[in-house]
Amino acid sequence: MTSRARWMVLVAVALLGTAYLLPLWRVDLIAPQYPEGLGMLIRINGVDGVKPNDLNSINGLNHYIGMRAIVPESIPELRWMPWILGALMAGGMLVAATRRRALLYVWGGALGVLLAAGLWDYWRWGYDYGHNLDTEHAIIKIPGMTYSPPVIGSKQLLNFRANSWPAAGGVAMGFAALLVTVAIVQTARRREEAS
Amino acid sequence: MSPSTRSRLLLAAGAVLFGGLTYACAGSRSTSLAGSGDNAQRVYVAPGEHDELYAFLSGGFGGQVGVYGLPSGRLLRTVPVFSQHAENGWGYSEETKPMLETSYGFIPWDDLHHTALSQTKGEDDGRWLFVNGNNTPRVARIDLTHFETTEILEIPNASGNHASPFVTENSEYIVSSTRFSIPMPNRDVPIDEYKKHFKGQISFITANQPGKMDIAFQLVVPGFNYDLARAGKGPSSGWMFFTSYNSEQANTLLEVNASQADKDYIAAVNFRAAEACMKQGKGRKVAVEYRHNFIDEFSRIARSERKTSITQIQPTECPGVMFFLPTPKSPHGADVDPTGEFVVAGGKLATVIPVHSTKKMLTAIANKEFEGELEGIPVLKYASTIAGEVKEPGLGPLHTEFDGKGYAYTSMFISSEIVKWKLGTWEVVDRAPTYYSVGHLMIPGGATVKPFGKYALAMNKITKDRYLPTGPELTHSAQLYDISGEKMQLLLDFPTQGEPHYANAIDAKLIKDKQIKFYSLAENKHPHVARAEREVGVERRGKVVHVRMTATRSHFAPDNIEGVQVGDTVLFHVTNLEQDWDVPHGFAILGATNAELLIMPGETKTLRWTPDRSGVFPMYCTDFCSALHQEMQGYVRVSPAGSTVALKGNNSKAAAPGGGSN
Repeated sequence: MTSRARWMVLVAVALLGTAYLLPLWRVDLIAPQYPEGLGMLIRINGVDGVKPNDLNSINGLNHYIGMRAIVPESIPELRWMPWILGALMAGGMLVAATRRRALLYVWGGALGVLLAAGLWDYWRWGYDYGHNLDTEHAIIKIPGMTYSPPVIGSKQLLNFRANSWPAAGGVAMGFAALLVTVAIVQTARRREEAS
Repeated sequence: MSPSTRSRLLLAAGAVLFGGLTYACAGSRSTSLAGSGDNAQRVYVAPGEHDELYAFLSGGFGGQVGVYGLPSGRLLRTVPVFSQHAENGWGYSEETKPMLETSYGFIPWDDLHHTALSQTKGEDDGRWLFVNGNNTPRVARIDLTHFETTEILEIPNASGNHASPFVTENSEYIVSSTRFSIPMPNRDVPIDEYKKHFKGQISFITANQPGKMDIAFQLVVPGFNYDLARAGKGPSSGWMFFTSYNSEQANTLLEVNASQADKDYIAAVNFRAAEACMKQGKGRKVAVEYRHNFIDEFSRIARSERKTSITQIQPTECPGVMFFLPTPKSPHGADVDPTGEFVVAGGKLATVIPVHSTKKMLTAIANKEFEGELEGIPVLKYASTIAGEVKEPGLGPLHTEFDGKGYAYTSMFISSEIVKWKLGTWEVVDRAPTYYSVGHLMIPGGATVKPFGKYALAMNKITKDRYLPTGPELTHSAQLYDISGEKMQLLLDFPTQGEPHYANAIDAKLIKDKQIKFYSLAENKHPHVARAEREVGVERRGKVVHVRMTATRSHFAPDNIEGVQVGDTVLFHVTNLEQDWDVPHGFAILGATNAELLIMPGETKTLRWTPDRSGVFPMYCTDFCSALHQEMQGYVRVSPAGSTVALKGNNSKAAAPGGGSN
């Protein structure tokens, strides 16, 4: 493993670390009567409103369609994710310290799997909220209509347009994954050249 | 030349030709500015766009303030001050009723004449709007972060608080002066002994601390009628100028008897000297009774305090505090120009507009150029203070504002026009008719050191044929002029509420970005707040039933109440649980003899209801809050006195999983 690859791993670890401070994902909801928009910031350990009361307002609106309230304290992933990220960062440090190629491959693989699992979990979470509605008490019931926001992209949900995009922390994680991929490719090529 | 080069050249030539045409069109448009089509564009604010200025027009006998956008003239809001406002419960809800308490009791009306924006360093700062009540002497503060009256102070020993609230350069003080001199202290005396017993007062009111307005000191002055005022600035900083009329001290048929003398007076008050005089202990405590009412920021409940003493100053005991400047003739406005050098008097019956120089006044005071004394107050010589007179300005000069470019604009009530003239040369340079009988006029920032000399607004008393007629009572109007060029141009004519006597306007940027969008539920300190549906409840204390309830889209909790009896007083304390902009809820109940409530998000408001018969009474939300607003309703069951029906309120929480409060 080259010194350059090692630096790439260290930078990737630093980029992963920003996820403790910066939101990973941002969902904006815009409707005619909400020109200023309502929004959620998904963080490694919580869900915040973009404006102080946005989450309350979103929950208030969601009760019309029978959606469960989003209560960050009751989402278990938000408790695990900081530790998983910490473990990933520790692994990266170990890779950089030992400069062992095999370890780099294993760690890179784990990073990829966990990021993919995170995205899948986010999709699953949105699916669950958007599909498992309390139809008995819902005030607005439209047969066949579900309300899952997109993982990435834009979707019309009744009067709201939902836009979901990675936020700064998510972008940083993406760059981290890219850097690690480059480090792995470089390391593998060097090995081929050497053999 | 290749074909492509040629076509490019042709295109370029076309662009020049087209550009030239456009330019020519623009040119011809600007030469026909008087055309109404162009004026329409200059006041047109496209859908979704904002006006350039907020304008605050006093409501006169309506007791309220109208907030308009300029240049469009669109009415944005009515702010009740000395009035009850059934629309939102102001003056009807238990929280706001104390705002209208006076030493005479609850007075839900006044004649609101003048507005004054708070200032910092002589410029409008957009924090507060001060207004006066003329009939029951009061001043009020409107907080411009939420467009609500937050403080009202009654002025003791005053009657007809007309020369008010005019503000000093850093909002240290607003003033009050009496229009009707009265016996001081007020007592039972023959009216024709006016000269013996009647006195005027000029009060300075501390204004720069919300919730702490009070009479700093009150000057006891000769028994004239005091009319309008302005603070000095620059060379006249520390002075305040008040016009007076009826120096004849007539007590009957004033239209004749108060118009005899060639000159009345401008009272120049050195309030810094008055402060020094107070420090020397020359003020005298006198027993009076007046009220100070203000809204607590966190409970949003108004409190009315009874006050019993003020400090008075006799000008004769404090030389240097007050001087009279002879001024023709029954002057109305005493308007100080942006430099602070000139004081322009609007002598309603005068044939000239006299302009005093504050520099000359200070020299004349130093040199003691007095022509005599009035009740011990020195009267300066007219020739010693006068800087110039505007000759043949028109008829009935009332009030003058300034554009900051060296020009003054005076309203002419009788000849129904605005007259533009130049400071220094005193020459009239332009006239524009008004429709009809203009009272005050207003240039945004026209009373400050930095006027925004783009527009002038005339406030007209008579409209006759200007609008669709509405029976005997017709609207008053405002007219907007573009004053950016040499000639004044009438742009727009719009109807106004009540009778605007004066107005202020300010750059919208200074106000719009600091608007409160809702009140914080977490910081709500109302004693009967319910911050969530689990906190609601119904409680009996003797004959009073307190209902602590919540409103959220789209239900009340509780929405079924039983156990109320005929003869009970029910207090509905309704908390709006929303924490979002523009989601008020309303509350009304059948048989309520007061009004409805409009409850802003995060706020608690209380409606008093005294059912006089048994039955079931519906209550509902009056503000279309949501798609299911029409379902936002409930019932109160009223049983005969002595009934055994238990007092209870349901909490239909099950109906709203994930509701706003969960």
